[in-house]
Amino acid sequence: MYDPTVARLTYRALLGRRRALILGALPLLLIVIAVAVRALTGADDQTASDVLGGFALATMVPIIGVIAGTGAIGPEIDDGSVVYLLSKPLKRPTIIFTKLIVAIAVTMVFSAVPTLIAGLILNGNGQQIAVAYTVAALVSSIAYSALFLLLGTVSRHAVVFGLVYALVWEALFGSLVPGARTLSVQQWSLAVAHKVSGGDLVTSDVGLTTATVLLVAVTVLATWYAGQKLRALKLAGEE
Amino acid sequence: MTTLSIDHVSRWFGNVVAVNDITMTIGPGVTGLLGPNGAGKSTLINMMGGFLAPSTGTVTLDGQPVWRNEKIYQHIGIVPEREAMYDFLTGREFVVANAELHGLGDKAAQRALATVEMEYAQDRKIATYSKGMRQRVKMASALVHDPSLLLLDEPFNGMDPRQRMQLMDLLRKMGDEGRTVLFSSHILEEVEQLARHIEVVVAGRHAASGDFRKIRRLMTDRPHRYLVRSSDDRALAAALIADPSTAGIEVDTAEGALRIQAVDFGRFTALLPKVARDHGIRLLTVSPSDESLESVFSYLVAA
Repeated sequence: MYDPTVARLTYRALLGRRRALILGALPLLLIVIAVAVRALTGADDQTASDVLGGFALATMVPIIGVIAGTGAIGPEIDDGSVVYLLSKPLKRPTIIFTKLIVAIAVTMVFSAVPTLIAGLILNGNGQQIAVAYTVAALVSSIAYSALFLLLGTVSRHAVVFGLVYALVWEALFGSLVPGARTLSVQQWSLAVAHKVSGGDLVTSDVGLTTATVLLVAVTVLATWYAGQKLRALKLAGEE
Repeated sequence: MTTLSIDHVSRWFGNVVAVNDITMTIGPGVTGLLGPNGAGKSTLINMMGGFLAPSTGTVTLDGQPVWRNEKIYQHIGIVPEREAMYDFLTGREFVVANAELHGLGDKAAQRALATVEMEYAQDRKIATYSKGMRQRVKMASALVHDPSLLLLDEPFNGMDPRQRMQLMDLLRKMGDEGRTVLFSSHILEEVEQLARHIEVVVAGRHAASGDFRKIRRLMTDRPHRYLVRSSDDRALAAALIADPSTAGIEVDTAEGALRIQAVDFGRFTALLPKVARDHGIRLLTVSPSDESLESVFSYLVAA
């Protein structure tokens, strides 16, 4: 199911100079914000939760998910170099699964690790807030990677659609429209975070069971469907 | 012995028919797939390589279906037309990765790089390669697993004459070794130099198939039209019409030129400068007026 060569090619494409800079910018911003907030307001659990929930989980994680998820396959399909993977005796779902693992790993490293660091800076993991949001970032990294990898497989405008989903749906509707929250990776991961923190600072509109089922279902279905789409991928000719 | 069979294959995109009921069998040796741009060559090659499903019909390699059959790639090497190829890798890394994807190692990659004589630049990033170097590394990636079928889409596009000759030698060698090699091209001379057997596709249809000499004759024996301007059009006309290679000459006074219809292409092109020199006539313009490939092919289709 996992091919180390596909993984190596994907890592190198993803962590190429330009994309690595974009991937690194948001985490850096988060840590700068955390340092500034801590310096200005001191350690405060509510503030820590606001920063981690409002910026890290609602904005940074989905955007990194978009960059890593779509970037793991989209550019290869766009420029046609995916032909070098497809013209091998390699099962198409193996290609997708491997790319998913890489996208998840990259999203986790660039979102969960800085979330933990920012949380520790903000309130030293008081009330388990840093760990709770880190777990949320880890969990949502998986679902976002799967969703955006699928998007990268089916659409040439994956980054645009992905950003619209991440920013409009997750960040805007997710916070304003109650119904949209049920269908939000962010809320599902918050349900898991709520369980970890145990307190009332981290809350979700979705119950833990529903959230877990939806997270697993979205990840599995998106990955399966991406594998199917890749099996039937037509490489457009020059004509 | 590897045989690629295309059986009543059609492919349409919406209302556009790109490939129209083509049946052909490609056997060992070098085969040229010839046709003007937009004739459906790439669509056909994509179906041969399993990257596109035929709308109707089947493509099989020694009886095995090509579409949705990843295992078939153990036997197929593909050199795509598109340039993109993981430019951030070095040539060696790229070929090694291709070898690994076939379950092979460095040895196979090194052998393939040696075959295309790219060892000298193997540690440079692909991004720094010239078109010809890219083409050779693509070839190496297609050869790592020693495939019995090699598909190349417009492999000579953008190559300089020396690179072209090198690649031709290599493909000829592959064909002589008993591999089934198919390459597409829209340039007649290219195909003629390399392939004994050609398949001609025009406007999505299979226009001709067989020995290139016969088809070449069909293509060259048709009347060729030339527009010629000289220092003395009438004297040149009189001298040319005496030779059987010329079927008719019109003195176009409005254009101030001769419209010449030649029946024997080779002989006429040798004759014209000789006649002009013998009669002390200066040639000012010699331009073939229907030499576009499309007209050559449409003549062939009509024949």
